This record gives sequence, structure tokens and C-alpha cells, in this order.
Amino acid sequence: MSARTVKQSHETESGIPVAPVYDRTSLPPDWDPEQRLGVPGSPPFARGPEPDMYREQPWIMAQYSGFSIPEETNKRIRRLIEAGQTGFSIALDLPTQIGLDSDDPRAMGEVGKVGVPIDSLRDMEILLDGVDLRKLRQPRTTANSIGPMMVALFLCAAEKQGVAPEEFSVLFQNDALKEYVVRGTYIFPPAQGVRLTSDVIEYCGKHLPHWTSINVCGGHYREAGGTAVQELAFSFADAIVYLDEAKRRGTPLEDQVATIWFFFNAHSDLLEEVAKFRAARRMWDTLLRTRYGIEDAPSRALRILAYTGGSTLTRQEPMNNIIRVTLNALAGALGGVQTMGSSSYDEGIALPSEDAALISLRTQQIVAYESGVTRTADPLAGSYFIESLTDELERRAWTEIEKIEEMGGATVAIESGYFREAIAESAYRWEVDIANGSRVKVGLNAFVLDGQDAEPKIEVFKTDGSAQRHMTARLEELRSTRDGAAVDAGLAKLRDAAADPSVNLIPALTDCFRAYATIGEVIAALESVFGRYEQGLVRFA
Amino acid sequence: MLTPTRVLIAKPGLDGHDRGGQVVARILRDAGFEVIYSGLRQSPEVIARTAVSEDVAIVGVSLLSGSHLEHCAAIRERLDELGARDVAIVLGGVIPDDDIPALREIGVSAVVGVGATPDQVVAAVEDVVTARTGGSEGGRDA
Repeated sequence: MSARTVKQSHETESGIPVAPVYDRTSLPPDWDPEQRLGVPGSPPFARGPEPDMYREQPWIMAQYSGFSIPEETNKRIRRLIEAGQTGFSIALDLPTQIGLDSDDPRAMGEVGKVGVPIDSLRDMEILLDGVDLRKLRQPRTTANSIGPMMVALFLCAAEKQGVAPEEFSVLFQNDALKEYVVRGTYIFPPAQGVRLTSDVIEYCGKHLPHWTSINVCGGHYREAGGTAVQELAFSFADAIVYLDEAKRRGTPLEDQVATIWFFFNAHSDLLEEVAKFRAARRMWDTLLRTRYGIEDAPSRALRILAYTGGSTLTRQEPMNNIIRVTLNALAGALGGVQTMGSSSYDEGIALPSEDAALISLRTQQIVAYESGVTRTADPLAGSYFIESLTDELERRAWTEIEKIEEMGGATVAIESGYFREAIAESAYRWEVDIANGSRVKVGLNAFVLDGQDAEPKIEVFKTDGSAQRHMTARLEELRSTRDGAAVDAGLAKLRDAAADPSVNLIPALTDCFRAYATIGEVIAALESVFGRYEQGLVRFA
Repeated sequence: MLTPTRVLIAKPGLDGHDRGGQVVARILRDAGFEVIYSGLRQSPEVIARTAVSEDVAIVGVSLLSGSHLEHCAAIRERLDELGARDVAIVLGGVIPDDDIPALREIGVSAVVGVGATPDQVVAAVEDVVTARTGGSEGGRDA
């Protein structure tokens, strides 16, 4: 496509038509800023969860990375703490995320690949050796289907260190439902996934009010190809399932709700993304007030972790991605998020290099400290276009949520394949739009230079099997030295607890891990009660 | 009228990111193929058995994890054991160019990397179909 034929669409990335000009007639005559916006830190929280937002301190800058065995991760964590970084992620490898021990044949080639393997409390002890949990502002984990297991492991590890759970906090992703649609680390059938996720929400609501029990995930729906409307609607529909369950359990709902965060993507349509973050906060306030009767206003303030959109990056001319990440990060800042992670410009080609990872962090720092957007809360409030887009995204998201509720709620819509189909169709439309040029990607389908070099070489990360051998040896040693009878007793109690749907599994899990049961053993015990989830064949004709 | 060619899109390994496979399934569907998607985390054994029981011409393997050589070799082996030597493997995903000769050696008929356009995906699969049957079967317009 030559420069002459490159044409910008008049719709937002999510398909909302955009007028040439917005003015006071773009908002309804009765549009009341008091009611629609309020002030920052007060309902409906459109303007942010805190009164002065970033004025004293910007968002937590949190990079995501996975790093082989627990010993290596421990070194990395200690270095990061020395460098003053306190909000980082403990990325788990895929076998751990789906509850396989490192010596399981199904884990072959995957141990230590996308994160650290955690087989037992022994690995947590190594991971956190010399790390003062109290000094971390916000460690996070990608535990979803194994959410309560990671809570139990953190509790045991803290106990070993002599640190009380009140003295530190962890943010758990812990959103099992979206795993059945995107990301794919499901283990048990969806109803059991909801139970495990809800165990963490309930446990934190009761005992650990300062921990983040769940990061309800919209961002994965977006990265899988969904629109901003689907990102909002599907994550809210999932949240409704968890909230209904939380309400049913009887622990005061306010206490549980206060431990909930959301995770959204910061994608490429700058103003639509700003509107999305604002709409999400207003929707959360409305949902908690009207559907769940939560009177306490501060518990209705939504806190957001945003990650810049990896799927907005291109492999062609990869340095352009630095600019894309900057715009995505600016959307997060103008949208008022509390924690942000950003991509590295080279991640479509290889594992991020150290240089690229540093540029990614620098990007956030420049947005936070040089651009000036952090001086005042919600600087775009009152813009005719931003307010009208915020209203429109909210309206479309509620319409979609109502549709899902009519189907019987998110669990039903996930089991029926509705979520998967809807996301995949959006992803397909995205590719078709790129192919026909109606969605512009500079350097990919627009302004492409003649005689441009072939695409950069892709490097893939391969494990040499040493992580698996290392972990397997440790498991052998563990199994021969631990008190086998205590492990068996713990697992038997866990099976009994699992068979009674009214029991929260975290205490039984804590007993198992304290006796050095492995994650694979714990999952196998639960599987004997819950069964395993299998995706069936999908036919397209 | 020709019978539409059947394709199995398969996702071996533990990685759950199947956006690419899902999009390719729809590209091939709209090009006239009958497409079946295996779902996540399928073993080479199950993929080969599904390919045979569903009578597909092509298994489209989607891999981002870097384990494409191992997985494709295992699927090829199982297919051959089941007597399905005529079922071709097309590989998609994050695949370094340097691995392509080794993949050919294993018996992978075509590689469609990230960044391929829908037309390129369809053309690659149609070429494999043509090579396999000498042109008696087609996807498009079938």
C-alpha cells in the first residue's frame, strides 16, 4: 500500500463510530457531571479511585518476566529489591500453572520456560531465601487455576520465615474462568475453578484484607483479539459469577470485594482506552451498589492493573514498537491505573533483551515523570469526546453483559463456547482488516518501504532440559526425606474437604504443603474428587 | 461438486495461546475448507488419532513454544504408525527460518510463520493439497 492510499478508519478500534467534531450537543441535555463523574476518589469513581491520584506517587511500575529455576529467580528478586523495584511478578512456568510436578512426563520441555517451577514448599523457601517479604510493595503471581495453592504456599513460606501474613501482601491473578476461554491453564471443570478462585476471595476477605485476592482479567480477552467492549463485558460477567458466589458464602461481601482488582490491557486506540478505564470504574461502582447493595463507598473503588498490548506490536521495524508502547502507557496514565506493566519492543522476535526491558521501564518513567500528565487527577475529564466515548463504551458493555446474563451467566456462556467464538471472530476480523488495509499498522501494511529487508530473524527460547533435571533431582530428594505419613494424611484430609462444597480448601492445602506435599500430588488428590476439564473438538464448516 | 478438504488445526504442548490457530481455522473455513480444531494440550497420539478418525487431508500444527521440532516429529511418527502417510503436516506459529530444513526432513510439508496474510495461509495449504493429490481436490470454491 502506498502512502496515497493509506486511509484512517472513522471508527474506534472497537468499532464505535467517531464524529468529526464533539461539542455540548454530543452529550445528553441532562448529562450531569456531578452524577456521571463526581470527584476523584469518590463515587462513581470515573475520575479515579483516589483523591489526588499520581500527584505524590505514580502507579506501581511492574515488569513481567519468567526466569528458570527458583535459585535464579531468587537472585533476580534480590537484585530487583536492591535496585529499588518492589512491584514485580513471580511468573510461574506452565507445568506449575496447570498443577504438574517438574518430573511429570507431560511437563517435558516446559520446566522453567515461561516462569519459575514451584513443586513444593522447598522451592518457595529457595525462591524467598534472604528476601524480606515485608519490604515488597506488590509481589504478584500468575497463579489462576492454582490460586489457593499459591496462597497456601505463601502462608507456609512466611511461617518458615517467622513473618506474619499481616506484615506483607501479595497480588494473585487467581481468575480461573478466563482460562477456559483464553490463556488455557484450566485444570478442573469450570464450577470447581470458580470454587477455588472464590476460596481465595473469601479467605482474603476474612483473614487477609490487605492482600489482592484476584485480578479479574479483561486483558487476556483483549490480547486474544477481543474488542474493548468484550474486554469490559466478559471480565465483568466473570466478576458477577465470583461476586454471586462470594455473597452466597456469607462472609461480609464488603470485606471480600475490597480485595478485588481488575486487569485490563492498554491497547493502541489512545482515547478509547482512556475512556475504557474510566468506564470500568463507573461500572464497578454501579454493579456493586445496585446488584449487591454495597453501601460502603470506598469498597466500590476499582483498582486496575494495566499491561500494554503485546498484540499491538509488529515484528517489522521493531523499534517502532517503542513508540507504540509509549502511547499505550500514556493511555494507562491518562486512564488512572494503579499498576502498569509494559512490553519490550523486541518481544515479537525473541525473549526481551536486557536493553529492551530497560527501555520498557524507561518508557513508563518518562510518561510518569516527564510528560506532566501525572500532576493532576483525570486530566481529560470534561472533554466532550472523552465523556461521550466513556458513556458509549459503558452502554455497549452493559448491553453485552445483559446478553450474557440472559444466557445464564458467564459460566454457561463459557461452557457453551460463546466467549471463545466471540473472541476468535474478533481476532479474525482484526487480521482481515490488517490484510485489506482498513486497520493501519505503520511499516506492516502502510508506508512500507520498497526493497525493505526481509523480516527480522525470530529467536525462540529453548530449554536444554537442565531445569527439569535439576527440579527432578530435588523432587527425588524431597520424596525420600519428608514424612510420607504426614503427606498422606494431609492429602486424605484435602480429599475430604474437597468432597464437601461448603469447605474452604486453603487450610487443608496449607497442611499439605507444610508437610511438603507437591503441587502435582495436591492437584491429583483434588482431581480424584473434581475430575478434569477437557476441551472438545470444535468444528468449522 | 468436490467434497471440501478437511483440515485439523492442532495445538500440542502446554501453551494455551491459540489466537493464531483460531484465526487460521476461520481463514480456512472462509476459503471453503472443513476445519476441525483439536482444543488445547493435545498429545501427538491424540492428534494423530483424531486426524485419522476425522479423515483429514492436513494437520495444521500451531506452536509458539519453540518445541515445534519435537512435536512435529512425534505427530508424523504417530500418523505413519496409523498408516496415514498421506496426511500432510503444515506448521504455523513462531518458527525460526533456520529450523525449516530440519522440519522438511521430519516430514512437515509447509511452514506458515507469524505475519503471513490470510491469502498466504490459504495458498500454502492449497499448494500442499495439490501436491498431495495431484490437483484432484480443492479448498476454494469446493
